[in-house]
Amino acid sequence: MSDAPSFRERLERLEAIVRELERSDVDLDRALALFEQGVGELREARALLADAELRVRKVIEDADGNLDLANADE
Amino acid sequence: MAGLTLFDGVAAPTDGAWSVLQVTQRARQLVEAGFPRLWVRGEIGGFKSYQSGHWYFALRDRQAQVRCVMWRSDAEQSAVRPEEGLEVFAHAEPTVWEERGEFRLTVRQLLPARPEGDWQLKLERARQALLRDGLLDPARKRPLPRFPRRVALVTSPDGAALRDIVAVLARRWPSIEVLLVPARVQGETAAREVCHALALVNRLPVDVVIVGRGGGSREDLWTFNIEAVARAVAAVRVPTVSAVGHETDVTLTDLVADVRAPTPSAAAEAIVPDRAEQRDRLRAVARRLTIGLGGRVELGAQRVERTADRLTAGATAALERGRARVERLGTALDALSPLKVLARGYAVARGDDGRLLRRTADFPSERAFRLTVQDGDVRARVEAK
Repeated sequence: MSDAPSFRERLERLEAIVRELERSDVDLDRALALFEQGVGELREARALLADAELRVRKVIEDADGNLDLANADE
Repeated sequence: MAGLTLFDGVAAPTDGAWSVLQVTQRARQLVEAGFPRLWVRGEIGGFKSYQSGHWYFALRDRQAQVRCVMWRSDAEQSAVRPEEGLEVFAHAEPTVWEERGEFRLTVRQLLPARPEGDWQLKLERARQALLRDGLLDPARKRPLPRFPRRVALVTSPDGAALRDIVAVLARRWPSIEVLLVPARVQGETAAREVCHALALVNRLPVDVVIVGRGGGSREDLWTFNIEAVARAVAAVRVPTVSAVGHETDVTLTDLVADVRAPTPSAAAEAIVPDRAEQRDRLRAVARRLTIGLGGRVELGAQRVERTADRLTAGATAALERGRARVERLGTALDALSPLKVLARGYAVARGDDGRLLRRTADFPSERAFRLTVQDGDVRARVEAK
């Protein structure tokens, strides 16, 4: 269970980047930095939409009530 | 009222005959006096509920049937709603409906006749209890997360519901992670297992939960009508989606869940966005990003141009200033030219060696020297002392 930013977070960052970039008072260095950052976020967000194998895991509870995860087909 | 005997003769009586009303009234009196209020067991058939609120149906068994009415005041209180084939105990007062000359029962109360037939009674009681505790309040309903990262599924690991949900998620939003919390969804242990699974969900890092099963008979779906199960759904701390059976099956769990999906597939569609739509959205953001930077660069270029213009203007002014200064200096230089001084009447004295003679000491007695004046030199000599 990674802590990488979710699609939602990436989308929110992208929105913020675009909004700042669209303001006329941002200086050119900042604009370039924003653009670069935005391209990175876009790439990551697109990767999250890429074809992937859906992960299905089964929650298993042992006798002591501890939880564990197993691949669903096992 | 004249007495009637069967031996009054063959001719039809022209007088002393009973009216239809009289005979039906008499029958009603006899029937009502002859029966106390009693319990009748039978199966319900031909149920009709009228606008007036009165219920009409028949009670029957293998050999016979009797028409029944339940007046609105009693029908409203009834915990059992009649349904075709439902076996009931009817607490009834036999009577005769004079207008039709029909024997019938005025039913005051209905109870289910078999434990498995009392589902509606139990359901209604459970619903009332949930209602009292505010669990059916629409204001309790939470919105679903827009982009869930993990979903818990409380359902059978072997059921059609799991297959359907997984298929839809794989197509629409495969980056979601599915945590299956297995529970039997029918049979003796089902309610307990589903409640336990829902409690486990609260210990999992999930954003949303789907609880349910595929279609089945009323008995098969019964687990989701049990009050404890509905309460366990209400106690889940993330938004809940119920998906029990088909479109037409509505259970208590459905009433308590934040979102009721008509089928398991629909539940899967409800919890995740559509990849294709989100791709379009990213394309739009990418366009804004490019246009945004492009606009900014354009703006920068304009500013650079303006700066260059200013530079040129500045340089021109400086040149201008320089030129004026040079001119001024030139004038000054000119003013300092020795020729000009000579023009003003001064003269320069130099020895034969060309050295300037500046002081009286440079002029000993009888010293010969040259005086340069405006238009040339003149020879000169210091007078003898």
